[in-house]
Amino acid sequence: MTETEKKQDFTDRIWDFFCSLKLTILLLLLLAVTSIIGTIIPQNSSAAEYIRLYGQSNYELFTSLQFTEMYGSTWFIALLALFCVNLICCSIKHFPRTWKFFKEPVRVATPGLLKNSSNKLDLHSKESPEAVLEKIKGTLDKDFAKTVRTDADGKIYLFAQKGIFSRLGAYMTHISIIVVLIGAIIGNVFGFKAFVNIPEGDSVSHVMTRDGSQRIDLGFEVRCDNFDVKFYPNTSRPMEYASDLVILKDGVEVYEKRIVVNDPLFFDGIIFYQSSYGQAGDPTISFQVTDSQSGESQEFNAPLRSRVQLADGYSVIVTDFTDNDRSFGPAMRMNMISPDGARGNPVVIWQNFPEFDERRGDRFSFAMLGFSQTYFTGLQVAKDPGVNIVWAGCIMMIIGPFVAFFMSHKRVWACIEQEDKVTKIQLAGNAHRNQAGFALAFDDLMQKVENAVKNDSPTKEG
Amino acid sequence: MDSGQLFNLTTIAYFASMVLYIAYIATKSNKVATVATLAALTGFIIQTGALGMRWYESYVILGSDHGRAPLTNLYESVVFFAWSIIGVYLFMEWKYFKKYRAVGAFVLPIALFAMLWGQMSLNKSIDPLVPALQSNWLTYHVITCFIGYAGFAIAFGVSIMYLLKIGKEEKHQGPEPMGGILGMFPPTKVLDDLNYKAIMIGFPMLTLGIITGAAWAYYAWGTYWSWDPKETWSLIVWFIYAAFLHARFTRGWAGRKAAWLSLIGFGATMFCYLGVNLVLSGLHSYGGA
Repeated sequence: MTETEKKQDFTDRIWDFFCSLKLTILLLLLLAVTSIIGTIIPQNSSAAEYIRLYGQSNYELFTSLQFTEMYGSTWFIALLALFCVNLICCSIKHFPRTWKFFKEPVRVATPGLLKNSSNKLDLHSKESPEAVLEKIKGTLDKDFAKTVRTDADGKIYLFAQKGIFSRLGAYMTHISIIVVLIGAIIGNVFGFKAFVNIPEGDSVSHVMTRDGSQRIDLGFEVRCDNFDVKFYPNTSRPMEYASDLVILKDGVEVYEKRIVVNDPLFFDGIIFYQSSYGQAGDPTISFQVTDSQSGESQEFNAPLRSRVQLADGYSVIVTDFTDNDRSFGPAMRMNMISPDGARGNPVVIWQNFPEFDERRGDRFSFAMLGFSQTYFTGLQVAKDPGVNIVWAGCIMMIIGPFVAFFMSHKRVWACIEQEDKVTKIQLAGNAHRNQAGFALAFDDLMQKVENAVKNDSPTKEG
Repeated sequence: MDSGQLFNLTTIAYFASMVLYIAYIATKSNKVATVATLAALTGFIIQTGALGMRWYESYVILGSDHGRAPLTNLYESVVFFAWSIIGVYLFMEWKYFKKYRAVGAFVLPIALFAMLWGQMSLNKSIDPLVPALQSNWLTYHVITCFIGYAGFAIAFGVSIMYLLKIGKEEKHQGPEPMGGILGMFPPTKVLDDLNYKAIMIGFPMLTLGIITGAAWAYYAWGTYWSWDPKETWSLIVWFIYAAFLHARFTRGWAGRKAAWLSLIGFGATMFCYLGVNLVLSGLHSYGGA
């Protein structure tokens, strides 16, 4: 063996390795098994969390094996890459054979094909080959597919085929995986996933990436005019989270939308999703104070836990509030503070019973008027320029297997020749999958061909 | 009559059908097989009515704005799983294996078990949907996933039959067909083909289920894939059945190993469906309980 032959042999073996279906099965199963790891070990948690769950030494083992971010780990990406190489090599290896069906369709049936096909029909006719040909061609054209005529060795051949594209189903499926991965890579490189909290009434022009590593300038402003959370009646089950968002460019309102979960706002390639909410700052309580000595009433709007001055050195602090106190409705709790600084007992005031507090008989009586709480809306912000490529890949991934599994390349051949004074007709057909189904369809088709051939051409009488 | 009662009738019909399919194997009477199929079909029709009824009931209970398809909690999904299995089974029996109805004895128990579990021990209340689940994608996602799961369930039953039969068949001598119970099983070649056909239905539907889930995630959370445990397990199932589909063309992998892959695939499917919710946690956790 010469040196070049040895090299040839080596590259052949490498090539065969990358083309082999056994490698495909092995890789699919390896991907399946290794993927389990990341569903058991929490991903992207903090070091402290891992140490708490698994201990120091296991944590070190996990980090060295990249189990804490395993779907982005070198070895998992390498497995995926090898899988893609395998896919591509398999496709390259098999494609020329498939392409031949497109480029060089077998228009002239070999004697072997006509004789040995499991779907065949032999007929005789007294009519001339050309006349018989017309009838067969008419039937096949109408009930199967457009025929192509070839004359060779004094015989006339007909060929018709259907569904040749089904041979591409598997390639389409394989390419779809690559397309999805390309889309995913583009999204990862050129896109971002971020979040931002906007208090009601405020606006932002920057967002932070989810891992907190980067501050991204949106190039426009987003203002949250209002946030609402609605609950189903008489339950604590949330019904709807909604934010009224306004987009401003150079201070000018250009777009607005009320977003809810499952209905985000799209602007300029960036998408804003309703994700969470929370209370922004202390709530403000409003209440009315009546001084029984002067008979005067005064209204206050005070943040929770702030001290409000009343007449003659007295003051009051609202220490707590609730939107529903034991089904009596909104209520607040407060303490009076006398001029010497002594703090009185806590007193509860219900909004729905404004005259109630007078009965306490103190100099100052209170009536709760209401409270207001501002919220912030928590938004996921994402930009993914690869997503349309991913969807294109997904559509191929749906069509590909469908074509590959449920459609087949069906071919029918006919050979017509003059033998003595009889016209001999041979027909054969095959399908590259679902043979049972094709056999039925072929029998049906042959019945029609036979009827056409046996019927004398309609002669004009009279 | 409410949907609960209709679901009980469904369970009875599936039980009867299962008994009849087993009786068919014992008696070899084609009449019994026909009645078994009719019982399954009757159950399927009643269950279709029951699903429609529960859908309607959701509008009555939750008000006209909050009604939804009955596909939103564990109970509803288990019942829908049974419906999908019987639907796909009846379709396949009619289309591919009218002559080999013994398969029913290995598929009906799965659907029956799902119905019994749902009817006897799961929370049947019709609750309003939390905001995350208020999406049309929910319906598309659940339907496609469960038709996929149903295909895998049938492949599972067929694979068990294959593995039970293949050993005996290889030892079997002589030209006469095998007698006894295994003789009522379809030939292993047919079982192998049915396994493939069931997965040919299941695999594209699972693919569609994963893609509709990804689309939904994109519209709800801004990312079509986040390696959440449920997503990852659906991908694991996808990998296993993809391996199965290629195993058939590979020397040394067809036959027994392919049947084992189908069993493992169904085990992974069930873990994806139930195990992830009961054992692991993640985005789909509200689907449980």
